[in-house]
Amino acid sequence: MSHLLALDPLFQSGHVGFSVFLVVAVKVLVAFALLLVSVMLYIWGMRKWIADMQNRIGPNTAGPWGILQTLADGIKLFFKEQSIPDSADRVVFRLAPYLSIMPAFLLFCIIPIGGQVSIFGHQTFLQVADLPIGALWILAMSGLGVYGVMLAGWASGSKYPLLGSVRATGQLLSYEAAFSLGILGVLVRAGTLSTHDIVSQQRWVNWHSFVSQWYWLPAFVPFVIFLIAATAETNHPPFDLVEAEQELVGGFNTEYTGIRFAIFFLAEFMNVITMSAVATTLFLGGPSGPGLGFLSAGNALNTWLMPVFWFGLKVIALLFVTVWVRASMPRMRYDRLMALGWKYLIEIAILWVLVAAAIEVANVQNWNVWATVLIAFGSAALAYGVLYLAIPKPDEVVEEFR
Amino acid sequence: MIAQNVAFGILAAAMVVAALGVVRTNNVVHAALYLVVVLAGGAAQFILLGQEFVAWVQVLVYIGAVIVLFLFGIMLTRAPMHPDESLDNDLKWPAAVTALFLAGVLGSLLIDAFHRTKIDIRQPIRTAAVTNAVFRTYIIPFEVVGVLLLAALVGAVVLARKD
Repeated sequence: MSHLLALDPLFQSGHVGFSVFLVVAVKVLVAFALLLVSVMLYIWGMRKWIADMQNRIGPNTAGPWGILQTLADGIKLFFKEQSIPDSADRVVFRLAPYLSIMPAFLLFCIIPIGGQVSIFGHQTFLQVADLPIGALWILAMSGLGVYGVMLAGWASGSKYPLLGSVRATGQLLSYEAAFSLGILGVLVRAGTLSTHDIVSQQRWVNWHSFVSQWYWLPAFVPFVIFLIAATAETNHPPFDLVEAEQELVGGFNTEYTGIRFAIFFLAEFMNVITMSAVATTLFLGGPSGPGLGFLSAGNALNTWLMPVFWFGLKVIALLFVTVWVRASMPRMRYDRLMALGWKYLIEIAILWVLVAAAIEVANVQNWNVWATVLIAFGSAALAYGVLYLAIPKPDEVVEEFR
Repeated sequence: MIAQNVAFGILAAAMVVAALGVVRTNNVVHAALYLVVVLAGGAAQFILLGQEFVAWVQVLVYIGAVIVLFLFGIMLTRAPMHPDESLDNDLKWPAAVTALFLAGVLGSLLIDAFHRTKIDIRQPIRTAAVTNAVFRTYIIPFEVVGVLLLAALVGAVVLARKD
């Protein structure tokens, strides 16, 4: 079975002894703790950043600079009473929070946060698992994330949560397509599904790697589409119609209290961190970056610390962008949200995948790359123009469809 | 191989129990959730055979899209909270006979087709091999299935529009 688990050198010998088991267990525990602590710090950092942007102070009482505020909130929620509405479906109501948080954590398992390192004398990748079908795993897990939201709203047995969860499901399903096509834009170039291979294709050689090796520039359109779709998938502003408190009381989690509410809250912010990590892996080279030049390449600082540092820096930069957007953009209207997803993102993403595939074929067949690029982009623009003209404008919509 | 056989037995038992749950329950949403367990069990069986690509496509397409659309449709239309007695009827025995007959036909068909063939699960089929098979060897059946699905989609639109 070892070949299934990974291309990780840890399993190459085919023999899984106690020490290998221990290495895997340690990696799982560390990843879990890392994710929880980073959620705690992200919520604190988000509140501080937004407070700065709005000229407020933000949390400043619990611990130095208010850094323990999230921990205090979590402890408070843990000791609160958990109520279940009388009309609720009790089993599904209890199950929903866990269905929400499990995919968020499982998705993080395939993210490479470092290169190849040596733990207890075993060579291994610094990621929980390197599945050969890694990119498919991202799609599968983000598909499973819908269940928690949808079942929570239904199982609550009251109107507002149900409305919130129907909204959420519609939004998640609509943006799933654009999200997948954004990832596909990279996969066409990378030619592999394994996250470790995608990252090692974007390795750091010199400063030119930033524009030539990392996929954010060669796949710029998928990068933008991925960021928009991932924001919608995680229900973050400006796409947070799911919990529009003016309209829905609180959304799908209205009836939840105590630790179950905390788990939903945790899952939501964990998803943001995981999606930033996925974007870092696919588009920003994951852990690749310049090492410390004055030390040898095999030095522990260069194999352990620097990749993790670069990975963390890129994730924090992306998280800052989400907070920035959160602080500056108003919530979208529902019909605009659907129009953006279905009429623009999906079309642009499909056309980009076709163009990228044409370029790949041109590379393999030794065609003139520039002519191919020109023809591919020309046909794509033509196809998009026809599609755009085919969409009825709001003032042209016939009365019977209103 | 013993570990695989034990895992197969446990998964198969869980799938059978969940499949009975699908037809036994009076709550539509619970039926859909039991169906999720059955399909997840199927995906796990594919992993036991070393076919990880098929397994995760099963999760992605059936659990992540088809059942989600079922549930979405249920919630958009009625969102029933309580068991619905009309989901049950008196045709239990004919249904059981039909199910056994179908199991016999499919089982004998599979045994007839594959009874000497052994899958070497130490050499799992990589994604590249699957895509080569789909897009080179079986490209015409693949395209035909695509057209069939499109026809089904158009047919559904025609049936659903009332004008």
